[in-house]
Formats: sequence, structure tokens, C-alpha cells
Amino acid sequence: MRKTVLAKARILLSNAHCCNSPRQAHNLLSPLPSSLSRFLSSSSPSPSPSMAPPVSLHTINPKVLKCEYAVRGEIVSLAQRLQQELEVKPGSHPFDEILYCNIGNPQSLGQQPITFFREVLALCDHPALLDISETHGLFSADAIQRAWQILDQIPGRATGAYSHSQGIKGLRDKIAAGIEARDGYPADPNDIFLTDGASPAVHMMMQLLIRSEKDGILCPIPQYPLYSASIALHGGTLVPYYLDEANGWGLEVSELKKQLENAKSKGIAVRALVVINPGNPTGQVLAEYNQRQIVDFCKQEGLVLLADEVYQENVYVPEKQFHSFKKISRSMGYGEKDISLVSFQSVSKGYHGECGKRGGYMEVTGFGPDVREQIYKVASVNLCSNISGQILASLVMNPPKVGDESYESYIAERDGILSSLARRAKTLEEAFNRLEGVTCNKAEGAMYLFPRISLPEKAIKAAQDAKTAPDAFYCRRLLNATGIVVVPGSGFGQVPGTWHFRCTILPQEDKIPAVVSRLTDFHKSFMDEFRD
Amino acid sequence: MQILNTIIRGAGDGVLVPVPQYPLYSAAITLFGGSLVPYYLEETANWGLDINDLQHAVAEAHTKGITIKAMVIINPGNPTGQCLSEANLREILQFCYRENLVLLGDEVYQQNIYQDERPFVSARKVLMDMGPPLSREIQLVSFHTVSKGYWGECGQRGGYFEMTNIPLQTVDEIYKVASVSLSPNVPAQIFMGLMVNPPKPRDISYGKFVRESQDILESLRRRARIMTDGFNSCRNVVCNFTEGAMYSFPQIRLPPRAIEAAKKAGKVADVFYCLKLLEETGISTVPGSGFGQKEGVFHLRTTILPAEEDMPAIMASFKRFNDEFMEQYEDYRGYSRM
Repeated sequence: MRKTVLAKARILLSNAHCCNSPRQAHNLLSPLPSSLSRFLSSSSPSPSPSMAPPVSLHTINPKVLKCEYAVRGEIVSLAQRLQQELEVKPGSHPFDEILYCNIGNPQSLGQQPITFFREVLALCDHPALLDISETHGLFSADAIQRAWQILDQIPGRATGAYSHSQGIKGLRDKIAAGIEARDGYPADPNDIFLTDGASPAVHMMMQLLIRSEKDGILCPIPQYPLYSASIALHGGTLVPYYLDEANGWGLEVSELKKQLENAKSKGIAVRALVVINPGNPTGQVLAEYNQRQIVDFCKQEGLVLLADEVYQENVYVPEKQFHSFKKISRSMGYGEKDISLVSFQSVSKGYHGECGKRGGYMEVTGFGPDVREQIYKVASVNLCSNISGQILASLVMNPPKVGDESYESYIAERDGILSSLARRAKTLEEAFNRLEGVTCNKAEGAMYLFPRISLPEKAIKAAQDAKTAPDAFYCRRLLNATGIVVVPGSGFGQVPGTWHFRCTILPQEDKIPAVVSRLTDFHKSFMDEFRD
Repeated sequence: MQILNTIIRGAGDGVLVPVPQYPLYSAAITLFGGSLVPYYLEETANWGLDINDLQHAVAEAHTKGITIKAMVIINPGNPTGQCLSEANLREILQFCYRENLVLLGDEVYQQNIYQDERPFVSARKVLMDMGPPLSREIQLVSFHTVSKGYWGECGQRGGYFEMTNIPLQTVDEIYKVASVSLSPNVPAQIFMGLMVNPPKPRDISYGKFVRESQDILESLRRRARIMTDGFNSCRNVVCNFTEGAMYSFPQIRLPPRAIEAAKKAGKVADVFYCLKLLEETGISTVPGSGFGQKEGVFHLRTTILPAEEDMPAIMASFKRFNDEFMEQYEDYRGYSRM
């Protein structure tokens, strides 16, 4: 963004005005100096020197100022600037390229989309292709068949038209069937709200649940900062519960109880519990007994369970398996009347990695019809989610089956990606654990590693002098030395006095050795510089 | 929604919104806890906007302790279709300057213009033409979409807003909130790129592109006429011409007995009328009360989008229903209004 002298002057001017004269409503009856009598005449107006612009830092919604989202925060902005510098002046930095390990964005780092999914999307976007014979030579037969099926479910075959605000019914039917096949328990298409990724669905629930700052939402620490940002934007209170790093980022119900009581004693009404499973940034996959405890806890305390399950296809260890909270609840005999549960899924993660398409859904169960009506109403203000994303969600929940023409290649693509992710998770985890003063829990799932660094006192002091959090200081140095972009742990929350950073496992496998060696070299020289 | 959420701090913040309006504005302002301050468009003056009315609305809001921060204009209008002239836009911009408001220019129908007297002119162009200091001070956010025009790609969910004279630090904050949702969907971004940069003369697809887009626009223009005339042929219906956008917003004068019957059925009069219309003819419309209207005046909004060949039959069906409805409820003692 260009910073012109004029713009800077204007900012200074508006800030100064804000400090000197708080905005006041116009009062037509009070006597006005002649310079301010402009609105009594219809000739050319003059600006009010004492009025801050309506849209300026001091006059916008304070909740906007309060909300933070480190995944694309300061470090990333710096990385983008460095990247531009490299483009303009190659060799201006001690690295050839910026490696974005800050965000779970697989396709930006070379992961290929699933062929079958893209075939279906292409045919749906340009149905004229289905009427020409050449198409049969270019697209697989089952993709063609699926595209016909989908188009038949869209009124007028118009993928450019607004759909039902919960998403196209036929696609929701498919998704519900997919959920049932996954869990062994029925799902109702009317419980499904298709959204542009999981994030808007999370926002909708926060909007629904949060009435004031007296309403609290229990969130894991560390957490994916969508939750803290959304709670801030909706004016609520984040009630943290700490995951246990010493025990593989375990979730203890005793900790949940403790934080709940603590919040209550401060007059906070806790409305919901957010659980991210598999975890982000921590990667832990919950054990079944753990999940049952959590369900019971929510039921007893009357909390809505917000289950972020977007990494359900990303499990890398044989000893753990993904179980949806819906399945767990139903297996415990709990139905619609027993527990309010919202499950979030996305097309951005898994093996499909279709982040840019913005597809996802929430499955809403255990709410009365009057509340459901309200959720529908809010969804309808934005009309509907984008159709490509809707189609993808139905494909993700209903991929090629045994016997389909694309099945073999689909499985090969899927397993290739997932096994590669598992290898990368292991390699990076081992690399981090070899670094001096660094411990890193295994990534059982998701797409991240969250190593803990013990920073020497000297480093912490240097960070303070630079007016930066110590982990941000480390991450900045790492970026400047190696071009590797990671997100400081403070962006996710951590036990005070501990420092982490989140690094994705997403660079392509052939780039991983370079990442490891650059990081290792950097860490050594950092420690050499700051070792106590 | 993003911009309104940025602007509105609480109930003390007011947003000037035209009545009738596209109810996204009322919904969003409510959701964000702000105050909607209406300014009425004048139906008898072709849904025109009067600066004195605006002045009055602002003053009244002040007495209630509301600080107006923004003014919404929908140009071309929804549901009303009127196109603002350059003079109009200049007046509005000067008004915003005097009252220290940010202008929110909903210009999503900028390609849907069905008359030649008032072609579309963007608020930004008018602002820039005004030159400094105004062109460097008046704050403006302009909105566009791939959903309307001749593309009609509603399902893609593509659009953009352009900020003018918003301080850089505030832009950073807006960027920050945008980043929480990561990014708009990529296919829609591609569509937008195509929308603002369509095939040029000598491109292979140019001929086809021109034919397709012109056909659609010319047909919309014809349909706007057919509907307006069809509504005006009913004795109790007055309909301003659809100068732009995609809707017709006829005023339906309802006899007192119809209004009574509606009350008995527990419905607002125009809702009652529209429900009956749907039941009798299958024509689904939105009652004017959904958009806001003056007390005791009733409208319905219909789109001009049904296929051109179906239009005559649709208008005939409507007229039949309307005439029967009037026969049923008329008692020759007078009408609901005007």
C-alpha cells in the first residue's frame, strides 16, 4: 500500500482532531462560527476542522480493532514485502524464495487437486460440454455421470443462480448420506447449512450465541485464531481451557470444569465449548473415551458443543482414528433432545485442499425448530454460499466408490497425498526435536507442527528491547534469515512464559530437506548469538 | 456487511437508508446493533431523492441522540429502479461532506440501464470530477457484483468494494477482518476479472460475447416496458417505469374492505394481496412492506426476469387476478390511499 505524504498528513490530522475534540452530533440550534455555517447555505461547503472522518481508526467499531488474526498477521505482511523485494532485486536476501509455512493452504505449495472433483466442477460450470461428443474422450465417464446428476438437482441446471439458503437440496441429501456412511448414524439434510468454508458457519454460531460480553465461549489454548477473532467481533468473552502439552496436548475434563467455574464466578454465562479435532495448531486426535467425557460435560452443563472437524481426513497415526462427535453422542444414546451439537466440515483440508473454492458446511442438531428458523433467517441474508463450493462439499462427502471408473486413480491420488503428509509430519517433527532447546509433540493429525522453544534470557531481553513478543522476535529473525514464514505461538495462545511457533507440514516433499537444513542452521546461529 | 460492521459502533450510530430499500441494509444494521435512519424516496417524483428530506432526517436523528455516520444510495435503485443523475450525485456527495458521512454506493445494477436520459455514472467519477479538496476528503465505498448486469452469476458469490479516501490505518483494519475469512472464492474472482475485462473487438469470442450480452440487455429493457405498461393498465395500479435494475415496484391501491380482510387474517395488507396472488396465479412476489413504504401505501416487488415470451401471459394473469380481487373487495366508497 502506498503511503503518500498527503495520506500521512491526513491521518495525523484526523488523529489530532480526535484527541482534541471528541465527535459531537451536529446541533443546528447552537451558534456557529461563520466558517461552519456551510450547511445553512447550499453553496460550496467547507470541511469541519473539528470533525473526525466517519471512517477512521477512532470512529470505527472498536470490536474490529480488538480482533486479531495472526495467521495472516504482521510476519506474513513482512514476508510479502520481502517477496516483492526479491522479485525486484534478486539476491537482495540470503534466500531465493519465501516459503509460506504459515497457513494450511496446500495447493499454494504444489499439492494437486483431485482429478475427479475438478472434472465434475468443470462440467457443471460449462454444461454445454456435456452435449458434445469430444467430452467423452476428455472426461471420465463417472465424472460425466455425476455432473448430470448434480445438474439435474439444480433448478434450470443453472449453477450461476442463487440456491436455497441452506444449499442445494440434492447436494445436502448426498452430504447427509455421506455423514451416515461415515458414522453409522442417520443425518438429516435439513440439518445441513452449506457455507463458504467452515469460517462463515463459525461466525454464524458466534453471532447466534453471543448476546453481550457476559457470554463466554470455552476455547482450547492453543486455538485456531478464527475463534478468538470471531468472539471479539461479536462482542463476547473467550474463556480459555489449556491443552496439556506434556501429555500430547491432551484435553482434561477437569480443566474444562475448572475454567467453567472460574468464568461463572466472574459473572460470565458460558454458552458453548469449542473442540477442534484433530487439533489446530496442536494436531492431537482425541481418544474416544475423551470424546465421551466431553459430550457428557456439555450435556451436564447445558453447553452447545461446537465441533470443528475440518481435519477429519488428516490422521497420520495408526493408533488413533477420527470419530465425529455426532457419532460419539449417538453411540452414547444421546439424541436431539439431549445435546446441542454443531459439527463443522470444510473442503479446504483433508486430501482435497480446495481452500480457494470456499466450500464447507455445518450440521446443526439438537436445536428447537424456532432457533433453527432463526439460523435459516441469518443464512438467508447472504442468500447462499457459492455453488462450486457446494458441489465440492457433496463430492468430498461422497467420493468415487469401488467399481466407479475413477475409483482407482482417485484412491491413488488420495493415498499419495495423505501418506506424503504423514511422512512430512514425521520428518519435520524429528527435525524440530533435534534443535537445541526445542521440543515438539507429534502431529497425530491436521497440517501443523507446534514446537516449543525455550528462549534464552538474552533473546527475551532483545525481544523486549525491540518491543516484540519473544516468539514473534524469533519468527521474524527466522524469516529474515531463511525466507521461511511461520506464525508465532502468541497468535494461538499458549501457557504464559512458554513460546511456540506453528509451522505447516505442507511444503512439497522435495523441499523439506532444504527447509530442515535452513531452519537447523538458523536455529544454531540464533542460539549461538543469544545463548545464556 | 463487512463495511457496515466496521462503521457501526452501537445503537448511537445511524445509517441513512433509502425507503424503499433492499432489505440487506435493514438486516445488516440490525445485526450489527446500529440504527437505521430512513429517507423516503418520492414515488410521484419518479422515486426521486430530496436533499431537504435528508437534512430533515439527519436533524431528527440528532434529537434522538443518534450520530449519522453513513449514507446508503442504491443506484440504480432496488426495488425502485430509478437512476440518479450527475447533479443528484453531486448534491448527495456535497451533503455527505457537510454532514461528515461516508457514502456507501451500492452500484450493483450499473449495467442494467433501460433508458437513455440518465446513463449510469459512478459516485466515484462524480467525486473525482469535483476536484480537490472534496475529491480528496469525501469518504466513499462503492460496491459491485457479478450477480447482476447481463452476467447474472449470482451463485458464484463474487463482488468487490472499492474504498476512496479511507485512511490507510483503517484500510489495514478492514484487511485484518477480511483475512479472518481468508479469501473470497477463486472462481468468483476469476469471474470478476472477466466482468471488468470482457472480450475486446478482434478477440475470437468478441462477436459471440456482444451478441449474448446485448440480447440479454435489450430483452431486459423490453421486459421492463412490458411489465410497467401491464401494471399501469390496471385501474388501481400505478407503476413507475423501471429505469434500471431488475424489478418492477407497482403501487397497488387497496380498497378499505381488502385492508380489513387482511387484518382479520392477521396479515399486513400487501402480504395478504401477494399471498392471494400466489395462490390464484402461481406468481410469487415480495410484498412492499419487506422494503419499506409510506404508511398506508402498498406495493409489491416483482422481478422483470421471467422469459420474454412468457411476459404477456404473466401480465394477463396478473390483471385477471387483480380485477377479480378488486371486484371482490371494492365497495365504491373510496380507496386506501391517494
